[in-house]
Amino acid sequence: MDGGRNLIEQLRRICGDEHVVTEHHALRTYESDGLLQYAAVPRVAVLPGTGDEVAAVVRACHDAGVPWVARGSGSGLSGGALPIEDGVLVVLSRLRRILEVDLANQRVVCEPGVTNVAISAAVGPSHFYPPDPSSQIVCSIGGNVAENSGGAHCFKYGFTTNYVCGLEVVLPDGSVMTLGGKELDLPGYDLCGVFVGSEGTLGVATKIIVRVVPTPESVRTLVAFFDSPGHAGHAVSAIVSAGMVPGAIEMMDNLSIGASEQMARAGWPLDAGAALLVELDGPESECVARFDEVRALCEGAGAHEVRVARDEAERQIFWKMRKAAFPAMGRVSPHYYVQDSVIPRTALADVLDRIADLSREYGLQVGNVFHAGDGNLHPLVCYDGNTEGEAERAEELAGQIVVACVEAGGSITGEHGVGVDKKRYMPKMFTEADLDAFQKLRCAFDPDGLANPGKVMPTPRLCGEVPGPYREHPLEKAGLAERF
Amino acid sequence: MTAEAVAAALRESGGVRVVSGGTKLGWGRPIELPELSVAELDTLVEHNEGDLTAIVQPGVPLAAARDTFARAGQMLALDPPDDGATIGGVVATGDSGPLRHRYGAPRDLVLGMQVALPDGSLARAGSKVIKNVAGYDLAKLMTGAFGTLGVMTEVSLRLHPAPREWLTVVWRSDDPRALAARASELTHRPLEADRLDLRWEGGSGALLVQLCGPSAAERAGAVDGEVVEDDEGLWAAQRAAQRGPVVLRVSTTQERLGDVLAAARDHGAVCVARAAHGLAWLRFESGDAELIGALRARLGACVLLDAPAELRRAVDPWGPLTAEPLMRRVKARFDPHDVLNPGLMFPRPLPQ
Repeated sequence: MDGGRNLIEQLRRICGDEHVVTEHHALRTYESDGLLQYAAVPRVAVLPGTGDEVAAVVRACHDAGVPWVARGSGSGLSGGALPIEDGVLVVLSRLRRILEVDLANQRVVCEPGVTNVAISAAVGPSHFYPPDPSSQIVCSIGGNVAENSGGAHCFKYGFTTNYVCGLEVVLPDGSVMTLGGKELDLPGYDLCGVFVGSEGTLGVATKIIVRVVPTPESVRTLVAFFDSPGHAGHAVSAIVSAGMVPGAIEMMDNLSIGASEQMARAGWPLDAGAALLVELDGPESECVARFDEVRALCEGAGAHEVRVARDEAERQIFWKMRKAAFPAMGRVSPHYYVQDSVIPRTALADVLDRIADLSREYGLQVGNVFHAGDGNLHPLVCYDGNTEGEAERAEELAGQIVVACVEAGGSITGEHGVGVDKKRYMPKMFTEADLDAFQKLRCAFDPDGLANPGKVMPTPRLCGEVPGPYREHPLEKAGLAERF
Repeated sequence: MTAEAVAAALRESGGVRVVSGGTKLGWGRPIELPELSVAELDTLVEHNEGDLTAIVQPGVPLAAARDTFARAGQMLALDPPDDGATIGGVVATGDSGPLRHRYGAPRDLVLGMQVALPDGSLARAGSKVIKNVAGYDLAKLMTGAFGTLGVMTEVSLRLHPAPREWLTVVWRSDDPRALAARASELTHRPLEADRLDLRWEGGSGALLVQLCGPSAAERAGAVDGEVVEDDEGLWAAQRAAQRGPVVLRVSTTQERLGDVLAAARDHGAVCVARAAHGLAWLRFESGDAELIGALRARLGACVLLDAPAELRRAVDPWGPLTAEPLMRRVKARFDPHDVLNPGLMFPRPLPQ
């Protein structure tokens, strides 16, 4: 970091000494995000307190030619907020004000450090903010924007990108732009839409406008147990084919049920091959009309037991089982590696067979938890990092699963993002021409490559100048037409 | 005609007017250039019934796609006016109809895309699965960009189950404010309506709420108004009012829809609005620059859609673009020689 000392002094002037961290031991707090396999200590972490301070920090980095990474709550699972050694980490945790609750227009304007759950809390109980990543108690809306976060209810309700309608962003040159607004369909390009999910590589959002919607009148939840995930998959197909769009359809396999049971103690049968959690929400009469149908379809697909949540407390226990699946796997295995691939839902049985084959081949257990409605798999590859070579084999196995999903017509990531963790798989899904097109966008926002470099794209790319001049049209050349 | 041929044509091009169904050529600044038509790219490539997804080429007529999906009990939840409109044109212009209320706009239903770029390349973004965050969401950038950044050669789409039961509740009033207030009350209730529209025409108006599903009739009881079971004509009329001699699309907030209806009353316009989204269309028999200016001053962001070419020369059909400098930078990176619909969105040559 050339001229680093000078830059650090500038950051102190902008944000105050107490908001600039340079001590190595203090910086270690920020060395990883939610994906602990990667760690890097930045040269400096800065905690601006306002959007103006963010802009000034980014401008100072730009003037010094120093790369920077934005970080929200640090709960991301792809290493998207992994710092750059020798770079600046811009921590947004002080920007946690809800600026406006405009319930009349069903909009909330907030700063990026506000937690996901705080938005629903601000508009509840009449309204809520639908995207609900499992980390919603801690994860920030700024991070959700960067990753286009999903959650358990997105099969029905959609993703972050479907709810963010406006942004104030600081571009990597320090300029501030407003993209979109409270209104929809504003003229021009949907830059707000393309910024969401850009993983911090196009700039940093300092103000976020989201849509909120009325809270459903009624929620009904059941869990059905099957001999195998394949059978549960048939139930999912039957439900969807019947024209239903449940609020959530979540599946857990035998290994995950066993692990979660140790934490959540819901009394689910440990010999079940798969559990399918189905939640219907909406108008009371619609839920009533549909719920028996769901139950019958599960039974028709071979469910040997169906339990209906009798009250909110029991519903919470069902969900605790599902949400405990990741942490609970730590009780089954010393280490595990979470995947986030997506398949066309109808390919589920084939892909599960492939995963089972791979599991046998590598001699490593793989637990499976899915957002079954949208085909988003979270295979949990179990391994013991203390056994030599096992971590590497686990990673290789996880990579094989990603390849199997892409070959089935799916995606390398459904909601965790590419970050550093999956960038090596990008060429499995995208050609050089595709990546070149991505780079065109990147260069429009960040020609110097200062915002979160080294993420998303599999290999570093430079921007170069915008080519010119115009190609003259033959009619124009002949003097038969004017361009404007 | 192949996607490769489109890409090759672009590489050699000195400037083209991109065309598909040709039903919205009167939108944006008037431009006259040789046409590059994708109408022949009209294959429905995949309909994955079990996954509720489809991949189509841009020239597929919306009506043809609708019929195909309907045979499987499914729908593409896009119902803009479609007198021959193709999926490519609907996506390129971001056009939408009353189903927008529940299912969103083209941006919300497009899962991925293949585009031909002016450098002669064919690039894909997104995927064909309904959940995916790998790579930049260039499909959103292209959706609504009016073919000024790339030419779609394939679009992958999310489908939905088609409702089997439906009805519409109609509530009438000749007071614009009362209509808007009633609409606002309903948009804040968890009705799960499929469509929720306002209408104003000839001194009176209506609020239309379409409920679908097995419990539609039961739920209709909670919404005050006349129940219309054969509601197709009602919704056809809503769509039809989005076209005309002079049509403005207003982007506002729910709270200000009363102002939009009042403006329709004052100017003798027909108005249809998506009540929950603050979107409205004003249809005039004729109009001039003074009218457009007055409406923009009164209502905010108004895009001039249908209008005679002379009017679209006299006034900027788009109005102010937020983040225009950044939009121009995006345009310059994707289309550095300005060959794709040059002048349609930005008035002057791009800075070199």
